[in-house]
Amino acid sequence: MSQSKIQYGYRRHADQDRPAATPAEHAVVVVGAGPIGLSLAIDLAQRGHKVVLLDDADRIGEGSRAICFSKRALEYWDRLGVADRMVDKGVVWSVGRIFHGASELYQFNLLPEEGHKRPAFINLQQYYAEAYLVDRVAQLPEIDLRWRNKVTALDRRNDRVTLTIDTPEGPYQLHAQYVIACDGARSSLRQMVGAEFSGQVFEDQFLIADVKMTAAFPTERWFWFDPPFHAGRSALLHKQPDDVWRIDLQLRPDADPEIEKKPENVRPRIARMLGHEKFDFEWISLYKFQCRRMDRFVHGRVIFAGDAAHQVSPFGARGANSGLEDAENIAWKLDRVLRGTSPEGLLASYHIERSAAADENIRESTRATDFMAPTTQQEARLRKAVLSLARETEFGKRMVNGGRLSVPSVYDTPLSTPDADRWNGGPRPGASMPDAPVADHTGNPMFLTEAFIRKGMHFTLLTFGNGKDVDAPEGVGTIRVGGENGMIDAAGLAGKRYDAEPGATYLLRPDGYVAARFRQPSRAAIDAALARASGLI
Amino acid sequence: MPLSTSSNFTKPDDAFRAIVEAHRGLSDAESADLDAALVLVLANHIGDIEVLRQAIELAKQRMLDGQQQQQQQQ
Repeated sequence: MSQSKIQYGYRRHADQDRPAATPAEHAVVVVGAGPIGLSLAIDLAQRGHKVVLLDDADRIGEGSRAICFSKRALEYWDRLGVADRMVDKGVVWSVGRIFHGASELYQFNLLPEEGHKRPAFINLQQYYAEAYLVDRVAQLPEIDLRWRNKVTALDRRNDRVTLTIDTPEGPYQLHAQYVIACDGARSSLRQMVGAEFSGQVFEDQFLIADVKMTAAFPTERWFWFDPPFHAGRSALLHKQPDDVWRIDLQLRPDADPEIEKKPENVRPRIARMLGHEKFDFEWISLYKFQCRRMDRFVHGRVIFAGDAAHQVSPFGARGANSGLEDAENIAWKLDRVLRGTSPEGLLASYHIERSAAADENIRESTRATDFMAPTTQQEARLRKAVLSLARETEFGKRMVNGGRLSVPSVYDTPLSTPDADRWNGGPRPGASMPDAPVADHTGNPMFLTEAFIRKGMHFTLLTFGNGKDVDAPEGVGTIRVGGENGMIDAAGLAGKRYDAEPGATYLLRPDGYVAARFRQPSRAAIDAALARASGLI
Repeated sequence: MPLSTSSNFTKPDDAFRAIVEAHRGLSDAESADLDAALVLVLANHIGDIEVLRQAIELAKQRMLDGQQQQQQQQ
């Protein structure tokens, strides 16, 4: 098996030799070195903070797990300096097809337009994503990654958190100003703060198989309702790197997991699906899932992100991707709070923005799951009607729900300044910045998302046209499209995607979300929007 | 636009009849399938989620009222 179970070593740290009465003091401790914890640690380190990153294991988990990484996730990883490697290794896709029985109902394209640096999705085994992130961590001396460091207790005070950590050489303690819990669906930190984690449990079981074979299927997401090879249930096929194919099969709620998981029982199902036996198993897993979230993501100085804070069904690629959006959201806020440029209250906006996103993700993935596994006879009847109408009608096709794939949430947030001008398009305050192809003033082609990275991923003004220079507040970068020495928008796509006429100016947050926009900005208006987005008013 | 409950057909009997006849000769299960498809087709034609919600509310309220009346009569 090419499971690439990379092993990392436990190493004793000087913090473990300190007297019990005076534990080491750290600004930020991130718990959990999965994709979310690793990304968050890199983001904070790039912003100049020292981060202790703890993980209770000493190797990367088995299985491909979260394979679909979204455009937004890739844009975030671009900022962290890891996206090229992910995309080079990953399988790029944007088209999905939905089948009913043996025939195709419809197809969709998640990114039907040109001029974006990153594709709609890549498929990449989670173990590769984590390995690349760990490699990036190794380049950043600010991050102190400690394997086989298991948090066993939290003592929360107003001014700090004390963590008790178990290691192969016994326990020790740390003080942290902030703890970010990225320790997954079974988060032990969530239990330590005593938070509720309730929601909807789904009875249907799903079988995941990673199958190694050479096949000529296109690099698309294929989803079947009631396929000929798996009557009455649903199935999903996805391509991964290394000639590995992910197959998800819905099982009956009463299926026995131990029996279903046995390769000799999985093999005939897959053989029926593929029409041949020329494949090997890389990984077989059986899962049930729940859709749920914590009531509060911020518990004083302990902040929850990723699966630790919220869980969704896997149909829609909303698990890891939403966790990465959590990381990009909390990183810049924590950066400002630690620097003292924003008050601690800014962290409350993390909960406001990301819990609403979690609700949206739960809603979308619950609907998809209910459509796949109707719970009442009438629900099944309505689904049957949709599937039969979908053969001939456009509205029927649009109602068929084989998973609505992750798109970044648009935040209704106190950090946004409501529009005062008229806009007929472009990202509204609370939306993430759309990408567009531009060239720098010397004619070198690049993307707007890259221009944003070059400005340092702080608050940035994106301004269009030949008007006079925008009077930017201190510490705020300016990307200028058009005008003398500005970026060149030859295809006009940047202008179009931002509904820009000369003078149009967007204030981008450090996570690339729009905080405010103006047709003709005044310095006072920019200052006010900046203060609001920084949590200062 | 709110849900219209005024009479919109010139000949309401024709409309009622058309629906009744569509169900003729069908088993209860087939009838339920037909209704499910019909509801979805009509809902899409209306194309207004607020009107749809009002229609659902009205239909559900009448259904519940009907049940209550039946129970009182028993």
